[in-house]
Amino acid sequence: MDRISQIYNDEKLLKRLHDDPGLTIEDALENEMVINMGPQHPATHGVLRLVLRLDGETVMGIVPELGYLHRGYEKMAENMSYIEFIPHTDRLDYLATMCNNVAYVLAVEKLAGIEAPKRAQYIRMIVSELSRIASHLVAIGTFAMDVGAVTMVMWTFREREKIQNIFDRLAGARFTTSYTRIGGVAADMDDEAIAMARKFLEEIEPAMVEMDKLMLGNRIFIDRLEGIGILSKEDAIDLGITGPNLRSSGVEYDVRRAKPYLFYNEVDFNIPVYTEGDCLARYHQRGDELRESAKILKQLLDKIPNGEVMANDPKKVLPHKTEIYSKMEELIHDFMIINFGINPPVGDTYFSVENPKGELGFYFVSNGTGNPWKLKIHSPSFCNLQAIPKLCKGAMVSDVVAIIGSLDPVMGEADK
Amino acid sequence: MDVKALIVEKVKEKFGSSLEEVSDFRDDLCLTIKRDQIVPLGNFLKNDPDLQFSMCKDVTAIDWATRKNRFTVVYHIHSFKLNFTLRIKANITDESNSIESVTSLWKSADWYERETYDMYGIKFVNHPDLRRMYMPEGFEHYPLRKDFPLLGIPGSLPFPKKAE
Repeated sequence: MDRISQIYNDEKLLKRLHDDPGLTIEDALENEMVINMGPQHPATHGVLRLVLRLDGETVMGIVPELGYLHRGYEKMAENMSYIEFIPHTDRLDYLATMCNNVAYVLAVEKLAGIEAPKRAQYIRMIVSELSRIASHLVAIGTFAMDVGAVTMVMWTFREREKIQNIFDRLAGARFTTSYTRIGGVAADMDDEAIAMARKFLEEIEPAMVEMDKLMLGNRIFIDRLEGIGILSKEDAIDLGITGPNLRSSGVEYDVRRAKPYLFYNEVDFNIPVYTEGDCLARYHQRGDELRESAKILKQLLDKIPNGEVMANDPKKVLPHKTEIYSKMEELIHDFMIINFGINPPVGDTYFSVENPKGELGFYFVSNGTGNPWKLKIHSPSFCNLQAIPKLCKGAMVSDVVAIIGSLDPVMGEADK
Repeated sequence: MDVKALIVEKVKEKFGSSLEEVSDFRDDLCLTIKRDQIVPLGNFLKNDPDLQFSMCKDVTAIDWATRKNRFTVVYHIHSFKLNFTLRIKANITDESNSIESVTSLWKSADWYERETYDMYGIKFVNHPDLRRMYMPEGFEHYPLRKDFPLLGIPGSLPFPKKAE
């Protein structure tokens, strides 16, 4: 200690220390420490890199670094037709693929002025809500795992597996679904898929009760989350936070209610809101939203109407394969749409939906040709990550992990 | 009173000559404003008690490639009071490619402006921390400009050298 205080009292030496950043005095306890967390770190949910400045175990400052999964989807979208981009939306938020598919085609339909038939819209709602449940299950499970409760992730993945099986039945793929088409959906939802969804709904409720018993009866779990990473209402709005993170801070804003798209104005559901804004509130928020989604699903499965699943708009909507092979007109339309695109009118539109992570928006600029002139993806994970420096300042290192888990970012979407 | 009419009337009253264009395509209201008026307009929209556009959802830019004014900066702001999302555009009219930053009004614009700078090379004056968002720091090009090829520029990204 004497040597250190000597250094601090020696002005010459102190000046040298200031001028030369390579020079250090050998006492870790007296200094702030800069450490690097990620990009390859299991608790950062992908390839998020954080640079932390620590004083002992307290975080003095934190800088998130993005871009390790940047694939340039906005550039790619400018060089392909509107239909070709649908499979790429799977790779944005890869935990809620169906929601992305639905959001993208709705945005294109708004731009091009197409309306899908009612049955297709209902199927889109069903897959969106199933996808929301799947995404929230992963969010809850991995969040619990981050703070040390490894059992939870097994339980939630077990339930999620059933949803993936429904998607397999519907789209032919469990993960990279690409299920929706401009003007409808790729395939009709048959009775067996509906039966699978009903069976899943019966099983999820007792499973949720069990999970809540496991987690909320656990003193360690509650102590690690309660009062950690508090985000006030004003800060949440100022930082542009969306989705469950915004609602757990006390803002009652849900796109499904604020600007109803599809047929969300025909179903009855509540918007859960918490005012605490801490990590525990964000955990509760996702659990409650999951139950609301199950409630919406039940109504949708009862109300789903019969009819077509693709709109009849030959210049803009792809015809069915069997018709292409048997009719000349359809063959021509198919050829034109695939080769030259759907050519929406000149203009720009912004359309957003409520994704499990928050508000996903697509901003299109069209110049009247088959490719979009510009596509901007407003991804919820990107804006939610902006809260990290605010939430983590003054927290402990172990809280950083809990805060990231509670924000539930997906880097595929944040990096685009 | 209709929300759109209210916004247009209020903005016209305050920024009459600076308001270049009002468009309404597919139910999206869009105001085009002179570049130097973007911060006063944002300030007015945020703090007016009838409007209260308290959240900035998105900042991006459009590269028109062949037009005389090559870049347009686009803002999406949201009002919880009116339940309305408004689009504001500002054309960049000179070679400097710069515009005043709106981070002083909405903190969320911080990363959005960094991203726009990274992708289009538009400089946001008075931004607290304007550096690249996605691309590495030494990268010299702006990927979303129309003159940047889809396949990238060979040699622009440093790859690890082969061990000798």
